[in-house]
Amino acid sequence: MKKTLTTVAFCGTKEQEEKLLAIIEKWKGTPGALMPVLQEAQDVYGYLPIEVQKIIAAGMDVSLEEVFGIASFYSQFALNPKGEVSIGVCLGTACYVKGSGQIIERISQQLGVEAGSTSADGKYSLEATRCIGACGLAPVFTVNGEVYGRISKMSEVDDIIAKYN
Amino acid sequence: MIQSIAQLEKAKLDNQNEIAMRVGGASEGKVRHHVLICGGTGCTSSGSTKLYNKLVEVLDEKGISDEIKIVTTGCFGLCALGPIMIVYPEGTFYSMVTPEDVPEIVESHLIGGKLVERLQFHELSGDHHLVNSLAETTFYKKQHRVALHNCGLIDPEDINEYLARDGYAALGKVLTSMTREEVVQCLLDSGLKGRGGAGFPTGLKWKFAMGSTGKKYVCCNADEGDPGAFMDRSILEGDPHSVLEAMAIAGYAIGSDEGYIYVRAEYPIAIQRLTIAINQAREEGLLGENIFGTGFNFDIKLRFGAGAFVCGEETALMTSIEGNRGEPRPRPPFPAVKGLFGKPTILNNVETYANIPQIILKGAEWFASMGTEKSKGTKVFALGGKITNTGLVEVPMGTTLREVIEEIGGGIPNGKKFKAAQTGGPSGGCIPASLIDTPIDYENLIAIGSMMGSGGLIVMDEDTCMVDIARFFLDFTVDESCGKCTPCRVGTKRLLELLDKIIEGNGTLEDIDKMEELCYYIKSASLCGLGQTAPNPVLSTLRYFRDEYVAHVVDKKCPAGVCKNLLQYHIIPEKCKGCTLCARKCPVNAISGSVKEVHVIDTSKCIKCGVCISNCKFGAIVKV
Repeated sequence: MKKTLTTVAFCGTKEQEEKLLAIIEKWKGTPGALMPVLQEAQDVYGYLPIEVQKIIAAGMDVSLEEVFGIASFYSQFALNPKGEVSIGVCLGTACYVKGSGQIIERISQQLGVEAGSTSADGKYSLEATRCIGACGLAPVFTVNGEVYGRISKMSEVDDIIAKYN
Repeated sequence: MIQSIAQLEKAKLDNQNEIAMRVGGASEGKVRHHVLICGGTGCTSSGSTKLYNKLVEVLDEKGISDEIKIVTTGCFGLCALGPIMIVYPEGTFYSMVTPEDVPEIVESHLIGGKLVERLQFHELSGDHHLVNSLAETTFYKKQHRVALHNCGLIDPEDINEYLARDGYAALGKVLTSMTREEVVQCLLDSGLKGRGGAGFPTGLKWKFAMGSTGKKYVCCNADEGDPGAFMDRSILEGDPHSVLEAMAIAGYAIGSDEGYIYVRAEYPIAIQRLTIAINQAREEGLLGENIFGTGFNFDIKLRFGAGAFVCGEETALMTSIEGNRGEPRPRPPFPAVKGLFGKPTILNNVETYANIPQIILKGAEWFASMGTEKSKGTKVFALGGKITNTGLVEVPMGTTLREVIEEIGGGIPNGKKFKAAQTGGPSGGCIPASLIDTPIDYENLIAIGSMMGSGGLIVMDEDTCMVDIARFFLDFTVDESCGKCTPCRVGTKRLLELLDKIIEGNGTLEDIDKMEELCYYIKSASLCGLGQTAPNPVLSTLRYFRDEYVAHVVDKKCPAGVCKNLLQYHIIPEKCKGCTLCARKCPVNAISGSVKEVHVIDTSKCIKCGVCISNCKFGAIVKV
């Protein structure tokens, strides 16, 4: 999934920044440490906004380009914060042949959020996920970690999303 | 601590009673029943954790907690029917069990000895008869479980249950009675080929690495990235020790003391169980220093993938463990010469490793007796898509597609017709109905334009558009192309654009020829396996379903009724009752008509969202 830069304003705290600097301090000098630093930084902030990447680049003494290169390469690194209601639609093959493409389109239409982004108010985020392994329940989508499977009608999707309003 | 073969054998005997009830033996002691609950990802998603908690609660209430042993296992295979519960010694198979069903199961079955018939599994196809035990289902009958032999049988978080199943006996055997050369020869003789997709002989890989000198690494590729494939995850979740044991055997054979497992971060349960297994093996002295007192040292570290499909490619995987963007590099030098951190390395897939302890214990001949002339042993497939029995199946090589789909899989649901099976994920191809009797092995699949791949087997029916499926896989590869080499980065993108053009109804016959030419360039010029196989979904659908492409291009129709731009929604006048539901639900007010009169869709306003079809109770709306 192509990564889009976030439209949600950065609101990191002083405390988070201190934690981040401690992480950088811990790993600095270890060869190939950028991946674990980014993974731990994401644990602190929940995502990796450009502001955080700048701190990492400066702290690790590498270019921002290199940090962004890794952050954008791996799909696990999020450039967008998760919404209060975080929706993931599985687009693995098993789900796709059973119609998950329509599910994601439906949710995107209903909520006005494009796949791979977060609404500007931070309420909803919508993600097209890789196979989550629940192929037996295809097609599936998740809302805040809860798995909803065996979806046969679009109205079921609407009802489930409505529960989170 | 287990420090000798004698102690290992004692541990096996000591623990045998723990699992005896599940393998048909008599069990001593107070425990009357074993209740197995699937804790694989599929069943966890359908609520098996809640089921477990409820069972603990009810047993406690009834005061029989010490008479019933609850075991959380790995995947049983029939994921669609989760959560699954099996009660031993009877082997009773309960499917789709909810926490609300638990009191009844406890009261009736565990206390009263009367099976709860309404929850017992009934065949999903044929005459839907009731099945008494898991082994009797048509889903299991034709299967032959080697790599999965412990999955769904033992508690993956308890090393003792693995030890009771001859666990670590193969490691003991190689360390105390076989030379390194004998181990490699045994694998060569067995004919085991890499189960990750390419099918390179495992023994040969080990032999190359054995010849190198100095520090070496043993790696396990658990970055299962094919969409719709979950064999490796199920092994890691259901039988993690078999992988650890095999890696230690590999360490001994090639002369390495350090292993890495590169596992997808998206597999939290697998990661948790691997972590537990590694710690337990270390505590028992089966990983670490001086294993079995033979002076052999071996330890394993976990590394987490961060969600990049290309990292399933061996050189990219190693680059990622080193902490970089996971981009592949040219081969040679092959990893057996220069791999992880520049040292000789062997990299095998999870399923490949899971076969190895049994090959060592039962012998190369036993393994080579299964399968076809060139492809030995069994293969695990993740059966999914438009199929009745979705789940994990393991069959001997050479089993036909028909046996897998119609017998084990129970055929296509809803009376639809089988159209194609897709193997090999984004690198593979679609096998048409005319080739359903092809025996599945590496050579045959390549010959018909697909490939074994890691084992995803997606079944498609007449409602699946083959052009759309080719586009789906191309979309995936475009997304996952790392961008290092131009043929893959630019070529797949151009290929996708051509497919989009066709799907939107703007394609020409020339575009089809252009696509074929482009496929050829991408295949021959890409740096790694991802690019070299990326055109396969397009090529195989063109080969077997060219008429569908032509229908899209010339007639501007999608025969399967999938490609939106080529469809129009219509109301069948004879079926419309004039209930007005569709008109009220239509988001763009494209449907007109008054009560009890036939409605009409204004196709110029229609956005083809499908709301009307899913709401119509009379099946009066069609896509043509």
